[in-house]
Amino acid sequence: MARPMTMAEKILAAHAGLDEVEPGQLIECDLDLVLANDVTAPIAIKTVRQISERVFDPEKVVLVPDHYVPNKDIKSAEQAKIVRDFAREQGITHYYEVGCMGVEHALLPEQGVVGAGDLVIGADSHTCTYGALGAFTTGVGSTDAGVGMATGRAWFKVPETIKFVIDGKLAAGVTGKDVILHIIGMIGVDGALYKAMEFTGSAIEALPMDERLSISNMAIEAGGKAGLIPVDDVTRAYMDGRTERPYTAYYSDGDAQFSQVITIDAADIVPTVAFPHLPSNTRPVAEARDVKIDQAVIGSCTNGRLDDMRQAAAVLKGRKVHPDVRCIVIPATQKVYRQCMEEGLMDIFLDANCAVSTPTCGPCLGGYMGILAAGERAIATTNRNFVGRMGDPTSEVYLSSPAVAAASAVLGHIGLPEDLD
Amino acid sequence: MQFKGTAHRYGRDVDTDVIIPARYLNTSDPAELAKHCLEDLDVTFVERVRPGDIIVADENFGCGSSREHAPIAIKAAGVDVVIAKSFARIFYRNSINTGLAIMECPEAVDAIKQGDVVSVDADAGLITDETTGATFTAQPFPPFIAEIIEAGGLVNRWKAKLA
Repeated sequence: MARPMTMAEKILAAHAGLDEVEPGQLIECDLDLVLANDVTAPIAIKTVRQISERVFDPEKVVLVPDHYVPNKDIKSAEQAKIVRDFAREQGITHYYEVGCMGVEHALLPEQGVVGAGDLVIGADSHTCTYGALGAFTTGVGSTDAGVGMATGRAWFKVPETIKFVIDGKLAAGVTGKDVILHIIGMIGVDGALYKAMEFTGSAIEALPMDERLSISNMAIEAGGKAGLIPVDDVTRAYMDGRTERPYTAYYSDGDAQFSQVITIDAADIVPTVAFPHLPSNTRPVAEARDVKIDQAVIGSCTNGRLDDMRQAAAVLKGRKVHPDVRCIVIPATQKVYRQCMEEGLMDIFLDANCAVSTPTCGPCLGGYMGILAAGERAIATTNRNFVGRMGDPTSEVYLSSPAVAAASAVLGHIGLPEDLD
Repeated sequence: MQFKGTAHRYGRDVDTDVIIPARYLNTSDPAELAKHCLEDLDVTFVERVRPGDIIVADENFGCGSSREHAPIAIKAAGVDVVIAKSFARIFYRNSINTGLAIMECPEAVDAIKQGDVVSVDADAGLITDETTGATFTAQPFPPFIAEIIEAGGLVNRWKAKLA
């Protein structure tokens, strides 16, 4: 009989060919997928070439040019070309060209490339997003990804798990984004360093998949190695008929050892904004109304999915963006883009004077498509607000939910949708 | 490996966006990246840094993005070793994999001041503040990780394994 394990430990054990693992143990695992983007893949490809002529499995390597694509400049074009040429040469089945691509962590779940029980490494820190599907997925650097692409294997230190129990009912207007900002504000940007986070409780169970993905997406902002949510009916409804491969649901044993159990009353979570320059620098939106903004960005791997677009559009409907604000809306995938058109959200955004972009990570990391000048301030549904993240080092980024970003775009300062009435 | 150089002292949560801003990530050329190392945190760093210098920082060094460009930029800027109270997880792996020496030693971080001359015996985990004479012992690496470092990085370890 194996020792009681957490879901993170069970997934790692299964991929290491072991009956049991324990925190601190160093193991080598077989990988279900290895991911990289146009910034990280060029270095990973060099690594592959040092080890092997071929990738371990052309169906299990995923290449998504999304950061500076459509190409921002000549250097970016060269990087994207390296990825494209490699994908063709190796016969990579999951390569997503402009016109098919989306922001990687919105794209992979949507396309059914990743599913519950998977072990995935990605050369992008927000690879932890797929934890919302009940998978152990984590960000690594290009060398780890390159070795993974060449060999199908990676080493892991089995992490301890912090369990979050969020019971009760979230108030109207409180989203998954507010839940994760609340948690990061509570435990800090290294509160889960080297650890897996597991999000449970009736408030999580009541959330739709898109909002769960926002929560797992930002596990890394607390230093977390993975951000897992147990599989339930919502997860199954999302994955059934979508995931390419059979999936496996793993659950933490009732007597599994957690390094910490943190209980949060859902009623204590309010619409939250993270002030510069750390995601942990959180305050209630209600206490941020004096912050004037120059730009609002609604999109990214955190909040660029259909529910996010719907929540932003519900606020913007029949309203105009404040004349002192540029509001940039970026549906994260082609599918979300099309759904926005079909549901009439695109009309709402255009009528409100928003700029709507093709999918790209662009402004989130200060790449392009919405860079801030010195001293400018943006509210963004993205995941990081470090110094210089969206442009000039003296610019500022405030992180929020889509509804709060949309309301702020109309108000000209940070505020709540109800402030518009 | 033995290192000796001047300490550049920084605080906690030095993120990879300030180590190498994303606006320079349209290349992975180490020399190009080195020109902008830490510029959003300390614009004078690139002018002041000398080959062999040492970065000393508080908790959670290297938090944020997975960009391997961060340890690459630090190494190419001439820094041989980073001493911190703790490292963010992905930066930790990236440093081991790319051969940037890192050491976790809260006591040394608390004692070392900006501009102190510091010498390091990375194999023994010994840190000496030559300016004050104080000595410290860093956390040893687990054997598995020490093996990767000894092999000269993850790629070399795999090459040896597959050979």
